[in-house]
Amino acid sequence: MASVQSEELLVPASVKIVVAGGFGVGKTTLVGAVSEITPLRTEELLTEAGTEIDDLAGVEGKNTTTVALDFGRITINPEVVLYLFGTPGQDRFWFMWDELAYGAIGAVVLVDTRRLDGGFGAIDFFERRGIPFVVAVNCFENSYSYTEDEVRHALDVTDNVPLVMCDARDRESCKTVLARVIEHAMSKLDHAVA
Amino acid sequence: MSPRSSDWWYDEAAGPLVRPYALVSGRTRPTWGRLNLATQVRAIRTSSDTSSLSVEHLEIIRLCRKPLSVAEVAAYLHAPLVVAKVLLSDLIQRGDVITSDASRMAVAPDMNLLQKVLDGVRAI
Repeated sequence: MASVQSEELLVPASVKIVVAGGFGVGKTTLVGAVSEITPLRTEELLTEAGTEIDDLAGVEGKNTTTVALDFGRITINPEVVLYLFGTPGQDRFWFMWDELAYGAIGAVVLVDTRRLDGGFGAIDFFERRGIPFVVAVNCFENSYSYTEDEVRHALDVTDNVPLVMCDARDRESCKTVLARVIEHAMSKLDHAVA
Repeated sequence: MSPRSSDWWYDEAAGPLVRPYALVSGRTRPTWGRLNLATQVRAIRTSSDTSSLSVEHLEIIRLCRKPLSVAEVAAYLHAPLVVAKVLLSDLIQRGDVITSDASRMAVAPDMNLLQKVLDGVRAI
């Protein structure tokens, strides 16, 4: 029906890029550098009883854990909005990643050369699900700079995965990182079609 | 203090003054299942009777006069995601809120959409 269609057009399409990486690596800084809004925080509540229950009656005494997600927004045009979601830093919240990754264009795995191991879990997650991702090395001041080859070797990622040096505080640098994710997703899509 | 003010429900030091699941009568699952974090929702003008709606429902309708994602609604409402989803699904079923067609948020965005996003990111 015409009226329903015109109303649907009032609702933009949304796309997502997931920003993953270890605790304190600068995910929210990166999101904030490019977002048109100050990064927002949303929380999900978890109980020990898990998510398999319909009713919380009787679980008042169980521990409740809060998982925080920080995210930003870039309005591409009136029809498309891009969201950038930072993953929860703690590994025990993996189950949240499935919802985060669902429908995502791709992902950034932000790493810090002082603690490269913070990126392993994320790389493994995106590789196994075939989600296009780039590795972005956040070049902190005073951090020893490694060559691209050294970082690749340490993280065990092949040349098929783009690797980019960045400064998570710098808007232009972060724009480049996002552009690499989208370009990488496009090249993977191109291969899939061909 | 106006009960319509969202501040009434939230205190910086103490957090929510009402237990989150009290807002949704203990429901932990949305009745309308296709809401993702990034799903866009928007309130539309209807002549529906709003007398049975809660303060939070009305706040969502006010927030969604312009399109927002589910995650933004939750953040502005100071409510956990699941609570925002339950409240939104109430409003979607009543017809007060519409959502982007799930098929428009494809599992694999197409080339045309990706090119638009790339151009948009470069232009900011």
